[in-house]
Amino acid sequence: MTMTKKPKTTWGGFSLKPRKEMPEGLWTKCPACEHMLYRSAVEKNLNVCPTCSYHFRIGAPTRIEYLADDGTFQPLLDDLTSGDPLDFQFRGTTYKERILADEKKSGAKEAIQIGKAFIKGRGVVLGVMEPNFLMGSMGAVVGEKFCAAVDKALEESLPLVVVSCSGGARMHEGVVSLGQMAKTAAALARLDDAKGLFISVLTDPTTGGVTASFAMLGDVIMAEPGALIGFAGPRTIAETIKVELPDGFQTAEFMLEHGFIDMIVARKDLRSEIARIIDYCRK
Amino acid sequence: MAPEGNSKPSGGGYLDFEQKVADLERQMDELRKLSAQKGIDYIVEIRRIEKDKIGELKRLYAGLTAWQTVQVARHPQRPLLADYLNLMVQDFRELHGDRCFGDDRAIVTGIGQIARTKVLIVGQNKGKTTKEKIACNFGCPNPEGYRKALAKMRFAEKYGLPVVTLIDTPGAYPGIGAEERGQAQAIALNLCEMSRLKVPIVSICIGEGGSGGALGIAVGDRLAMLEFAYYSVISPEGCAAILWRDGSQAPDAAAALKLTSRELHKLGLVDAIIPEPVGGAQRNVHDTVHNVESYLAKTLAELNRMKLSDLVEARYRKWRSVGSASLGKGPKAAPTIAPIASTGRRVAAERDSSPAKV
Ligand SMILES: [Zn+2]
Repeated sequence: MTMTKKPKTTWGGFSLKPRKEMPEGLWTKCPACEHMLYRSAVEKNLNVCPTCSYHFRIGAPTRIEYLADDGTFQPLLDDLTSGDPLDFQFRGTTYKERILADEKKSGAKEAIQIGKAFIKGRGVVLGVMEPNFLMGSMGAVVGEKFCAAVDKALEESLPLVVVSCSGGARMHEGVVSLGQMAKTAAALARLDDAKGLFISVLTDPTTGGVTASFAMLGDVIMAEPGALIGFAGPRTIAETIKVELPDGFQTAEFMLEHGFIDMIVARKDLRSEIARIIDYCRK
Repeated sequence: MAPEGNSKPSGGGYLDFEQKVADLERQMDELRKLSAQKGIDYIVEIRRIEKDKIGELKRLYAGLTAWQTVQVARHPQRPLLADYLNLMVQDFRELHGDRCFGDDRAIVTGIGQIARTKVLIVGQNKGKTTKEKIACNFGCPNPEGYRKALAKMRFAEKYGLPVVTLIDTPGAYPGIGAEERGQAQAIALNLCEMSRLKVPIVSICIGEGGSGGALGIAVGDRLAMLEFAYYSVISPEGCAAILWRDGSQAPDAAAALKLTSRELHKLGLVDAIIPEPVGGAQRNVHDTVHNVESYLAKTLAELNRMKLSDLVEARYRKWRSVGSASLGKGPKAAPTIAPIASTGRRVAAERDSSPAKV
């Protein structure tokens, strides 16, 4: 059960060697231990490799299914869609087209889902980011929905739990997306003033403007094992300093070692650990 | 001051689109040389060329492309933090200590007076000479820079000193040490704490406003930009490398990112544009600093008149409303927003409020 071999993908980064979602088919090869795995066995194991506990990347609906008590998730602002504040065009295509393509491919309408839910019977406001929609990037919709989740938590005195999974700020929205970092951080300042609880759960990958805003502002910060967590992308760093990055750089374990997260929690234990923290922080 | 001395960047420094200006300057230099050698007075001709040159600069700078603006913002002779500290701040005393790791030279903090108001200054420092540039990491702060800024802002809050931040960075440093020491956490905490700091905060982008590295000291009551500064979520080169898969497409990326003061003001993301002298700040350091000082004098006076609780509430609303105008207003979206807005006091109040205008 121990990780005998650190998966190379953990520092290879989001854009270089993206962590795999499980490919279609009956059998699949674990990218970390390279064992051939029976697909349904992995799915039964919460999309975690039974051999080496490599955590496959999962979309928001699956994450909600794993985290929330059955059928308790009630979405909020589910139909809020992206505008195109810059009228952004690139390489013969447009931001609008990119949104439509990702919507079609992933079935997701935006890069975060928020709603009320129960986790082991504890009422929470839950936010879950969607890596399959523009790399889980934060634009105006993600910022607005995050703040709406904070407002809901304030209003109903509920703990806020947000699972991050994001490549950072959404370039296509320019300074509008940059501003979401300040917007979400300002909302969390209000929650903090009201002594509200925010549990931030970091999954692979959590980078850029999401890490440098709400993800790092949790009262308690948890991360899934092996998750890539950082500010600058590994490729940017490698290109800037022109040295090879150390093994294990920017992993959840690295973040724990350097004092920036509180605990590493395996996917199967997330529900119980979140419930435990909530119980300790009840007023 | 000689009129021609005003608009000539010392030691050349012409940008590639300024060829005609360079030619006119050369013609004037030749006439002056001839004048000295032969004792013939060419003052009329020189004045005429000078007028042409100013006309050409006005024409050029009225129509700068986004990429040209980026080049002006990065001009080697553009006034830097040190110029503002020297020319605009009386009695400046630097306060170095982050009480944490080390003194980051990319962010300078200290106390002083601007237009007779005692303030805390937080500025990003790119350095003029090669030695200075290396010492301050070319203006790319490390986490300790952001932590120093926050420590000094808390000091300012304690003693009621307004905070003035001067932004000029290509971006927060992407390095191994920066990650080890929590670059993301340092910036995140600044965003959060600045949003509720109980003193006025005025931020001015004086050159490069590089992404989270800029925002980390820019969450205030007012955000102004010098006319030819830029402010962007990612460098044009970085954006081109990702979306165009070719870093050399930076000019296209710069245009798409809408990173100029004019575009950002139009989008309501920047509160004010501070004009630059003819031909850009690099041609007249004094006038540039003077314009920034005037803006600060006016804005600090205005913010100092506000009740502190109103000020902080308005700041929250300003940042809380960023991007609200661009949210999808499709028929499907509308009904879902309404119930939340009607139950969330803040959401409802702020959806209609545009960023505070100066
Ligand atoms: Zn495995």
